[in-house]
Amino acid sequence: MAALLEVEGLSAGYNNLENVLHDVSFSVERGGITAILGANGAGKTTLLRAVSGMLRRRGSVRFDGRPIEKSAVEDIARVGVAHVPDGRGTFLELTTEENLRVGAYARRDRRGAALDMERMFGYFPRLKERRRQQAGTLSGGEQQMLAISRALMMRPRLLLLDEPSFGLAPLVVQDIFRIMRGVNAEQGVSVLLVEQNAGLALDLADRAYVLETGRVVLSGPAAEVGADENVRRAYLGF
Amino acid sequence: MEAFLHQVFSGLATGGVYASLALALVMIYQSTNHINFAQGEMAMFSTYLAWAMIHAGLPYWWAFALTVAVSFVAGVAIERVIIRPVESAPVLSVVTVFIALLVIFNSVAGWIYSYTIKTFPSPFPEQPLFGNRFISSHELGVIGVTLVMLAVLYAFFRFTPLGLAMRAAAQNAASARLAGIRVGWMLALGWGLAAAVGAVAGMLIAPLVYLEPNMMSGVLLYAFAAALVGGIDNPFGAVLGGFLVGVLENVIGAYVIGTELKLTVALVLIVGVLLVRPTGLFGRVFVTRV
Repeated sequence: MAALLEVEGLSAGYNNLENVLHDVSFSVERGGITAILGANGAGKTTLLRAVSGMLRRRGSVRFDGRPIEKSAVEDIARVGVAHVPDGRGTFLELTTEENLRVGAYARRDRRGAALDMERMFGYFPRLKERRRQQAGTLSGGEQQMLAISRALMMRPRLLLLDEPSFGLAPLVVQDIFRIMRGVNAEQGVSVLLVEQNAGLALDLADRAYVLETGRVVLSGPAAEVGADENVRRAYLGF
Repeated sequence: MEAFLHQVFSGLATGGVYASLALALVMIYQSTNHINFAQGEMAMFSTYLAWAMIHAGLPYWWAFALTVAVSFVAGVAIERVIIRPVESAPVLSVVTVFIALLVIFNSVAGWIYSYTIKTFPSPFPEQPLFGNRFISSHELGVIGVTLVMLAVLYAFFRFTPLGLAMRAAAQNAASARLAGIRVGWMLALGWGLAAAVGAVAGMLIAPLVYLEPNMMSGVLLYAFAAALVGGIDNPFGAVLGGFLVGVLENVIGAYVIGTELKLTVALVLIVGVLLVRPTGLFGRVFVTRV
């Protein structure tokens, strides 16, 4: 069976269609975790935005065998792609609980959504303590938990994660990655992960791609990419 | 004392109308950061529709409900057809579109219904209720209808998934899209609601100011003042501001500067708020951690 997400010859950018990503191809297997590594400015965030439709793009993007490169953001979200964006996309003036309910907006099963909210509070008890609090008052780590939970409330088949470790304390990061692993294993949610912290990402992922100035320069099973001499020197620090 | 109380109560009644129109302004401002200058003229046009329906023999409350529904649909249509194309245009272009709408509604109303002043019926009895001496039935009715409408709107935005989606879309459109919310339609719905609320305001104030194409110009100024006093991005503030402006207008008009200068109260308030406290009295104390 074909991969869940297949991207071929993707080019995208801001204003100009080609100025960030050039002819990028990659895939995410069903139930798999794919990591995209790269330095600042390599085009990682742009790549996720191009997949979820936030940017104009050229090339082929197929989700579950269906082309989505012409679809609007809302429609891509509704077929099961949940994007946890750069900056976390928190609805600052809504409460924590309302933020989660926004995630469940496009779902029809009210009861399932209520159960899922309890599940999120199980993953992140901190969110439960803060459920009636205005989300703008949450800490960075709590907002990241909220962003991931909001995305999971959509019951996605594919989760796009943009730098979930960004600006967070190591313990919080560990927590988040442990839960991502659990969600992937138990719920079968596939993950496309963009990270600067290559060690963490390679540990979680089964496939990895290295992006440099908008082009894929290396790809393969995560273990192989992690063993590559250049990757070790440039991204892992040894 | 009795006269003073009467001024306060009738101030609360007109204040309810200002509050409604201010709320309509705030609803659109929150999602687009634009002030719809045509909000008053849209309300005026809705009131003419109600007048035409009542004249055609429809019972008052039927005409009322139908006008609200038609105004809602018209509001949605205006957003989709006229506002949508200038969505990402510079502010000045958008303001020009709003002013154009204002002028168009004004002159079309004059063209269809003429500029002669018409009376607009009140659905409430002519005698004051319970024989009280402080407040007429219409004023009491205006306060009642306003409060019911505000309660319904509050419940809608607070407790329904659609209301939540509209708030989410207004706060963070990009993130709302990622959650599958059709933000374009949420904006259109907001316009529809604002037009419907405006229609109610128009029909409530018309028996007091009489029906003519310029009937809302003063009311819109008070609504601006109300929205600014309350904090332009805060619906609760706008409502409180509306009642406050209504009472102030009446009391200051009656005891301090005389009725001829009443409208200056609104202007002084607008300038005063902008100078002293641009976020308004109830301007949300908005806390963020970065």
